[in-house]
Amino acid sequence: MSLGKEFKDIPGTIVFDSEQSRKGYWLNQFCMSLMKADNRARFKANERAYLDEWKMTEEQKLAVMSRDLNRMMALGGNIYFLSKIGATDGKSFQQMAGSMTGMTEAAYREMMVGGGRSIEGNRKIGEHGDAQGAAPTGKDK
Amino acid sequence: MARITASVYSSHIPAVGAAFDHGKTHEPYWQKVFSGYEFSKVWEKQQKPDVVFLVYNDHATAFSLSLIPTFAIMTGPEFQPADEGYGARPVPPVIGHPELASHIASEVIQKDFDLTLVNEIDVDHGLTVPMSCMFGKVDAWPCKVIPFAVNVVQHPVPSGARCFALGQAIRAAIESYPEDLNVQVWGTGGMSHQLQGPRAGLINREWDNAFLDRLIDDPKGLAAMPNIDYVREAGSEGIELVMWLIARGAMSDLRGGPKPKVAHRFYHVPASNTAVGHLILENG
Ligand SMILES: [Fe+2]
Repeated sequence: MSLGKEFKDIPGTIVFDSEQSRKGYWLNQFCMSLMKADNRARFKANERAYLDEWKMTEEQKLAVMSRDLNRMMALGGNIYFLSKIGATDGKSFQQMAGSMTGMTEAAYREMMVGGGRSIEGNRKIGEHGDAQGAAPTGKDK
Repeated sequence: MARITASVYSSHIPAVGAAFDHGKTHEPYWQKVFSGYEFSKVWEKQQKPDVVFLVYNDHATAFSLSLIPTFAIMTGPEFQPADEGYGARPVPPVIGHPELASHIASEVIQKDFDLTLVNEIDVDHGLTVPMSCMFGKVDAWPCKVIPFAVNVVQHPVPSGARCFALGQAIRAAIESYPEDLNVQVWGTGGMSHQLQGPRAGLINREWDNAFLDRLIDDPKGLAAMPNIDYVREAGSEGIELVMWLIARGAMSDLRGGPKPKVAHRFYHVPASNTAVGHLILENG
């Protein structure tokens, strides 16, 4: 039994299921490798060369190099794994999450202090909330 | 015989651990979060549990995509705090209870809950942050801990109903252990939060508080809620809240005992990206 269609009906959200997991397997396993200091150092010294050691798609490698988290998510990344890239860059979870919304870091922090993003209009695709737009990716910039 | 005296529910936000470790607990932003645990620290000193059965999830720390157990019980003697990429948290090692853990595993597996057994693992913020909140800064943790990990990373994750039933089986297993032990069961994670995509930052205060109400008064009804509701209403990472139902299932009202007493309840937004929820229920 595959996961119900309703999991694809949430705006601004990619549910990490077995399909995404298969697609993103090596992208996520690459991220895991960054838990080791030696690997972080090698990655930082030459990102392209380090990424070429992994069975990732070219698209995935480019998304990593441009630090485009939404793109990485679409290509099978999972946020807990992708956060290892952020940790390597010295970024907090709030900076990472905020960067996926198209908001500035300050605006995102303000939103959280003000109680967070409202659920109203953000439950289902096609409603009128603030998370209904397409994911901001590096390609749009 | 071993007895479950209370269940504890708490968020396990990594930034809370970082604030704790870097001495920021008195900064106004963090003080609001830690104030919710002032009661709890005093309470734990009075309760003196021997063992905490601690339900949490690993966040791509010890379990990568190469191994994804749905339910894993840690039967080893000792567990180190993990390096999650920022260096390991400066907290003591976690001392297990291999005898009780093995007893629970043996009992619930024979009741058809097919657990994975883990003897060596580093434990991440999901486990150590609630411990810091509940016990404060210590040289050694005041009790033994049986870590119990639930997959809430790759869907399908276990349902609330399955977690609730498992909690009841765990309760029966603990109560059949011959040694006289004071045991608490903790459920951690949540509350509403989403860390990914354009909907990141989602908080659903109304839903969270209804969840707390129902957890107290209507756990059976709450356990019937489908996983899609958690993801839709409480955010993609809000699904962690299914783990709270394991702890709730372990309370004795579900085998005909009196309703648990609400010793403490706390809710605050935000800590980093997340709504902080915390509840203590005592068995009557
Ligand atoms: Fe978590």
